[in-house]
Amino acid sequence: MNKATRQAYGEVLVELGRERPEIVVLDADLSASTKTNMFAKEFPDRFFNMGVAEQDMIGTAAGLALTGKIPFASTFAVFATGRAWDQIRQTVCYSHTNVKIVASHGGITVGPDGASHQALEDIALMRALPNMTVIVPADAIETKAVIRTIVDHKGPVYVRLGRAKVPTVMPDDYKFSIGRAFVFHMGSDVNIIATGIMVEIAKRAIEILSADGLDVGLINMSTIKPLDEEVLLTAARSAKAIVTAEEHSVIGGLGSAVCEFLSERHPVPIRRMGIQDSFGCSGPAEELLRFHGLTVESMVETVKGMIKS
Amino acid sequence: MDMDIATGEKKKIRDVRILEEIARRVRVKILKMLTKAGSGHTGGSLSATDVAVAIYFSKMDYKPEDPSWEGRDRFILSKGHAAPLLYAIMAEAGYFPPDVLDNLRQIESPLQGHPCCKSLPGVEVSTGSLGQGLSVANGMALGLRLDKNPARVYCILGDGEIQEGQVWEAAMTASHYRLDNLCAVVDNNGLQIDGRVKDVMNIEPVMDKWLSFGWHVIGIDGHNMQEILDALDEAERTKGKPTVIIARTTKGKGVSIFEDRVEYHGVSPKPEELERALKELGDE
Repeated sequence: MNKATRQAYGEVLVELGRERPEIVVLDADLSASTKTNMFAKEFPDRFFNMGVAEQDMIGTAAGLALTGKIPFASTFAVFATGRAWDQIRQTVCYSHTNVKIVASHGGITVGPDGASHQALEDIALMRALPNMTVIVPADAIETKAVIRTIVDHKGPVYVRLGRAKVPTVMPDDYKFSIGRAFVFHMGSDVNIIATGIMVEIAKRAIEILSADGLDVGLINMSTIKPLDEEVLLTAARSAKAIVTAEEHSVIGGLGSAVCEFLSERHPVPIRRMGIQDSFGCSGPAEELLRFHGLTVESMVETVKGMIKS
Repeated sequence: MDMDIATGEKKKIRDVRILEEIARRVRVKILKMLTKAGSGHTGGSLSATDVAVAIYFSKMDYKPEDPSWEGRDRFILSKGHAAPLLYAIMAEAGYFPPDVLDNLRQIESPLQGHPCCKSLPGVEVSTGSLGQGLSVANGMALGLRLDKNPARVYCILGDGEIQEGQVWEAAMTASHYRLDNLCAVVDNNGLQIDGRVKDVMNIEPVMDKWLSFGWHVIGIDGHNMQEILDALDEAERTKGKPTVIIARTTKGKGVSIFEDRVEYHGVSPKPEELERALKELGDE
């Protein structure tokens, strides 16, 4: 099944809206793209379009949370986390309000809109905030599980979704819990720690690497904060090296988080696959992934390179 | 504070002289805590005192012993640097014993330099980074309306603060969603840290701005208790749109050496200044 995580979000939000009257949804004039328009259609009284005003949207969401609502605030990731960062800091994280920021269009697979609309720093921005939980689902199944879980989590959450359709990687009976990574397989040569769309790419890379006789593990680190430290330690101890993979800058995202933790607790050689400290650009999503080296081939090369060295 | 024994709600005060006396006591508390702390914002705490006292003691429903009571009216101090004012009022209202005021700005004190809702129950949301309170007030007003909760929301902003663009995003939102359960007050004292508001970044014509954003606008003398009460009543009667009260005030009001002096925006009184201030406020 190929489905965009934002589509899954729109669907599960409607399901949850029927079950939970305290859920309200806010959007900043992008509801057709973030798919909150599905909720808006069924629950017009509980949907607030804030216009093109992300800062006000976050503050308003905090106010709604303070009256006992569970607000989901959505727009593109670059605007949600960039334009409204101080609002998220002050009225969501510092005030510890129960606001769920679910942003679509994370990463370069936004495609033709180009760098202005491609969030490559959002995980870094959100991860730096105390009290914030940061989650990047890998596919539609995980997205629905994540959204259902965070409804019952008291406190700020940032969820990053994508624009492009992605293949299903998680099992049908997948159970998500915050801070717990999903281990597909622990490897003895290299372990790949991936998040978002890179989980599926890693899966395909591992097929090739296995055919070459290498034992490469795969861990879906969908919660980037708090990290699953136990799984990380096991991954570092069982293999000779770690490769992290994310559709995000190598500065401040999953790769940074893994390096920060392992360098103090169990140093091992690590390579970070991601955007190498640059902005994105326009182009079809697939070509952009190739342009930035986020492909099956470059992952195979990276893993083999680590084994050689 | 007078309490209704049966409901635990405080009694609302309409007597101007009593409110003025509460405002005097609040000013004394502000000056004493600021002097003790050795830092903090004197001018803007004193300019907004009369309006804030009127809101808390003549209008709002709340239970100090149950700060999260659902039926409470909400107050947001968007100009969070006037935290001493909020703390003095909360002490006066019975949220905590007055001696807690001595801990202003100390490590692990519930009285942080700017209001922190996780440190001090009764503070609705943490403020201090300017321009954000009105958005939160809007969200509360929307939430209360969804719940058919008749509680009202009050929000005090600074005049310098409304230079923040987010304030105008929020001004549009309140008007768009017809939030008549919301009353904003602009503490129009004419000064900000770097000088006179009109010189730093002119906000005039301030009444016209709010009018054109679709608000009901009331201009008053922000130190005339009767005018404040009348304006708050008018706000409550106004349906279909939010109300903003533009309160013309004097920074440092009540103490001659601090009045209309930009130097006392973010500076606390020295001990000898406190002595003189308390004399002027009849607290010796």
